[in-house]
Formats: sequence, C-alpha cells, structure tokens
Amino acid sequence: MTALLEARGVNKRFGAVVAAADIDISIAAGERVSLIGSNGAGKTTFVNMITGYLKPDEGRITLDGRDITPLAPRAITRLGVARSFQIPQLYGDLSVLDNMLVANACHDQALSFWQPARRASALDRADALLERFRLAEHRERRVAELPGGIRKLLDIAMALTAAPKLLLLDEPTSGVSAEEKFPMMETIMSALGQEAMTVLFVEHDMDIVERYASRVVAFYSGRIIADGVPGEALATDDVRRYVTGELLQE
Amino acid sequence: MAAVMNSLPAKPSASALPAHGRTVALGVLAFAVLAVVGFFSPKWLTFLITMAAANGLVSLGIVCLMRGGVVPFGQGMVFAIGGYTAALMFNKLGFTDALGLPLAGGLVAVLIAAPFAPLLSRYRGIFFAMLTLALSMVTYGLLMKLDMLGGSDGFNVGRPTLLGQKLPDARVGYILYLVTLGVATVMGLLARVYFDSTRGLVTLAVRENELRVEYLGGSVRQAMAINFVLAAFCGGLGGALVVMSLGHIEPNFSFWTTSGEFVFVAILAGWQSVAAVFVASTVLEVVRSFSSAYFPNTWQLALGLFLLFVIRFLPKGIGSLWTKGSTK
Repeated sequence: MTALLEARGVNKRFGAVVAAADIDISIAAGERVSLIGSNGAGKTTFVNMITGYLKPDEGRITLDGRDITPLAPRAITRLGVARSFQIPQLYGDLSVLDNMLVANACHDQALSFWQPARRASALDRADALLERFRLAEHRERRVAELPGGIRKLLDIAMALTAAPKLLLLDEPTSGVSAEEKFPMMETIMSALGQEAMTVLFVEHDMDIVERYASRVVAFYSGRIIADGVPGEALATDDVRRYVTGELLQE
Repeated sequence: MAAVMNSLPAKPSASALPAHGRTVALGVLAFAVLAVVGFFSPKWLTFLITMAAANGLVSLGIVCLMRGGVVPFGQGMVFAIGGYTAALMFNKLGFTDALGLPLAGGLVAVLIAAPFAPLLSRYRGIFFAMLTLALSMVTYGLLMKLDMLGGSDGFNVGRPTLLGQKLPDARVGYILYLVTLGVATVMGLLARVYFDSTRGLVTLAVRENELRVEYLGGSVRQAMAINFVLAAFCGGLGGALVVMSLGHIEPNFSFWTTSGEFVFVAILAGWQSVAAVFVASTVLEVVRSFSSAYFPNTWQLALGLFLLFVIRFLPKGIGSLWTKGSTK
C-alpha cells in the first residue's frame, strides 16, 4: 500500500520536556491506527504536529508526498486532514444542525454572502451525517445542553463533513462511561465504515484498541516504542511496562 | 424507541428553510407604512426617524462585527469619512444627488478602512476596541486641524437633488426621510441575507470558537476583515445620510462619544435581529430628544438608566423579544 502520511525525523521539545524524539512513521491509506501511551507520552503532540497546530523543531511530515510541515491548520484541513478533539470543540450557543452547517460552510471553498447556510443541499449533507452518527433526534437542540457523549459524536461528525483522506480522533471515548464506550465506538466505526479513509485515533482503553485498530503505535517519552498489529504490539515488554503497566504489577 | 427515532430521516422543517421572500415582504411593508406615517407626521418626527435610520446604519455595521465577537469603539471614523465625503463632493465637485452621495460616502469609507482590515482582524476584545478608537481619534485630530475641511467648526452643506430634480422647500425633509428609509431598508434586507448566508454563519462560529473554524477549513481573519469592511460601508452610508439631512458636518462625527452612541444602540439591539437595530436607534433618538427637552443637563443619566434596565432585563438586546429561542 502507498503511504498517505509520513513523518521523518520529527522532534519536538517543550523546554526540558521531550514531546517527540526522532519520530519515523509511515501510514498507508485505509489503515486504522491507534496511538497509545501514558499521559505525556507525545500522542497528542504528534496529532497536533500533523494538523499544523504545533510545528516540529526538526523533521518533516508529508501527506500524499507533499510536505505539510510548514502549513497552517486551515491549509492542512483543505488538503484532506480532519480531526476531532479530546474536549469537543463545538459551538455551544448554536443548534446541532447549525454546528453541522458551520462545518459545511467552512468546507465550501467559496463562502457566499447570499447563499443561505440552510439551503437544501447543505441540509441534506448535514442530515445524512447526523443520521449516520445517530444524532438526528438532537438536530434542533442547543449544543450546550447536550451530554458529553453526544458532543463527542457531533465533534467527529463535523470533522467528517469535509470527507477527509485522514481523520484524527483524539481520545474519542474519553469522558464517556465504561458501559457507553463500546456502543459509542460502534457508532463511530459504523459511521466511518462507509468511508474509505485512514483513521488515527488516540486511545487509552486497550480493549477498544484491540477491537478497532488494525495497527498500534505506542509512545513513551516522545518515542515510538512499539509499532505493529495489536496482538504483537500490545504484547511487547515495553508496552506492557510503560503503557499498560502489566509488568510493573507483576 | 430511541433506535427507531434514530433511524427516522430528519426532514428540514419549513421554518428551517430560508425565508428571504418573507423578509423582503416585511421590509417593503415596513417601508410603505413608515412612508405613509411620515407623510402625515410633524417635521420634528420625520427628522427624528431620519436621524435614527441613518445612525442605525452605523450601528448595523457594529452588529456585523459583534456577531463575530468584537465591538469597535471607533465607528465614528467611518461615519465621519462618509459625511465628509458627501459634503466635499457636494461643495467642491458639485455632485448633489441624494442617492449618489450616500453611495460615495460608503465607498470612500471602505477605501480608507480596508487597508486597516488585515491588521485589525488579528485583534480581539479590548485590543480591537481600542485600536478602532485610536483610528477614530486620529481622524478626529486631523479633521480638527485641517482648515480646508473647516477645522473644528466644520462647514455647511446645501440641499441635495434627487435624480436631477431640485427638492421643493415644503417637502425636502420628507423626501430625505424617504431616501434614508429606503437606503436603510435595502441595507437591512441585505444584512439579513448576509447574516443567514454561509459567511454569516461562519461569523457566528468565529465568535464562539475560532480554533474550530480554522480546523474546519474556514479563515477567521478573512471573516473578521470582511466584516470590518462591511461595517465601514454601513458607517459611511450613515454619515452621508446624516449630513444630507443636517446640512452640516463637523469633526465631532469622529469623536469617541459619537462612536459610543453607536455602540450603545448596537448593545441595546443585540446581534440577532436587524430590525432591532433600527428600533434601538429610534429609542435612543426618542430618549435623547425627550430627555433633552425635560432634563436638559441630565439626559445622559436617563440614557444610562435606560441601558441598565435593558441589560438587566434583556441581556441579549431588544431583538431577543422576537427572536427568542433562535440561536442565530
């Protein structure tokens, strides 16, 4: 498979803290990659560097062979990278539908002064995504009044509006109760199932990682300590010591 | 049950679809009613409403910016530019058309404000407010010092014409009233269309979460810069219309207290309704006129108390009275 995303020699420091150390990774189109690691391991920093929110101190990141390292988040989004956030970044005063319409409007290359945001084609696109994420019943509700799980789904649905090549999900199940995690991931994955897109998701729950990832990349102190299919990567000593803590318990 | 609900297709309700036809009809109706009312009204009332509509245009520009989360404290600058443009074109170039002068005022305000738009689009909150205030006060200083523009006294402007026709003495106030209301109606309708457009919605999103707008592929700075330019056009139009009715221009158009009154109206109106801007502007003119008549030296006190009342009981402005529940 051809590489969609490549990072070569990526380094990032925050003062004395090493957030990324010589990251070399190649991700093929269509892969479902889970980024795992303890807090501060460098997962979100890596996601933030892919999306242009942070710039690496050294190294380069390419998308479809194009260097995206110096680009701003907006430019990277327009090249086909979308993301959701650990804390959903939504418009609390607007309705669920209007949040989707904002995503639609931003995605449109030519924003219009007179084309109504609530035109039929935009409503159809928004409704189709709300259906896929089982959010249709919340369509007219104000986002500030919604529970956390619904907000998470809306956050991801908005990211999907642009039909990205690469979708980055930052802890999609964080803040969701243990009983709701699997139903939520089922909803997300079934919604994504219709898209032939590459997905990188940061996750702490190893059961979810094993079930939904085709590949696992484990981080520790800004370094990649394991990379492979879930069964193999999760069984390595480094992952068991630094990520899951199993060896420490033994 | 929830699963069944989730599987039901969500159909757009009629109210969700754009209602521009209805908006235009309401605007035209409001104009027609006011035109008839104005015909039978005393001169002081038509003048008051003319001033309210013209000043309301400046506040409409502020509402454009408020929807994106910033409040300019210096809209007096574009108000003065529009006014001086109309006055100078009238006196120096002999261009006297009552429709052309406001248009020229709006366009020159855009030309002068546009170079500042990229800079101002980087700032938020008090920094944006103070920068716009600084620009307006620089303008005020220049106008005070330039003798060719009449200095601190300003200068008078003659009576405009309309489509090549001189305005009759008996009806000049009423015709300017109609022109001002007509321009205000058109601009109000265009503002509604803009607020309901994709750009208008993105502006609302900018106010709440700039980061997400950028991550969705939208440009926050572009949105803010465009709103600043649109606000300049509205301000310039308003300035020219006021000058035509007043027959006089002076540097006070750019003074900070003038800008403050426009902000006052915008806050009074809220950012959801276009009509509310003109209602609020009329309220200000009424409170100002009657307070000046009955409490000559304390009308600002009455105005302040009125604003306190509105902020306490209508924190989202007068417009929230008829846009309740709307998120836009």
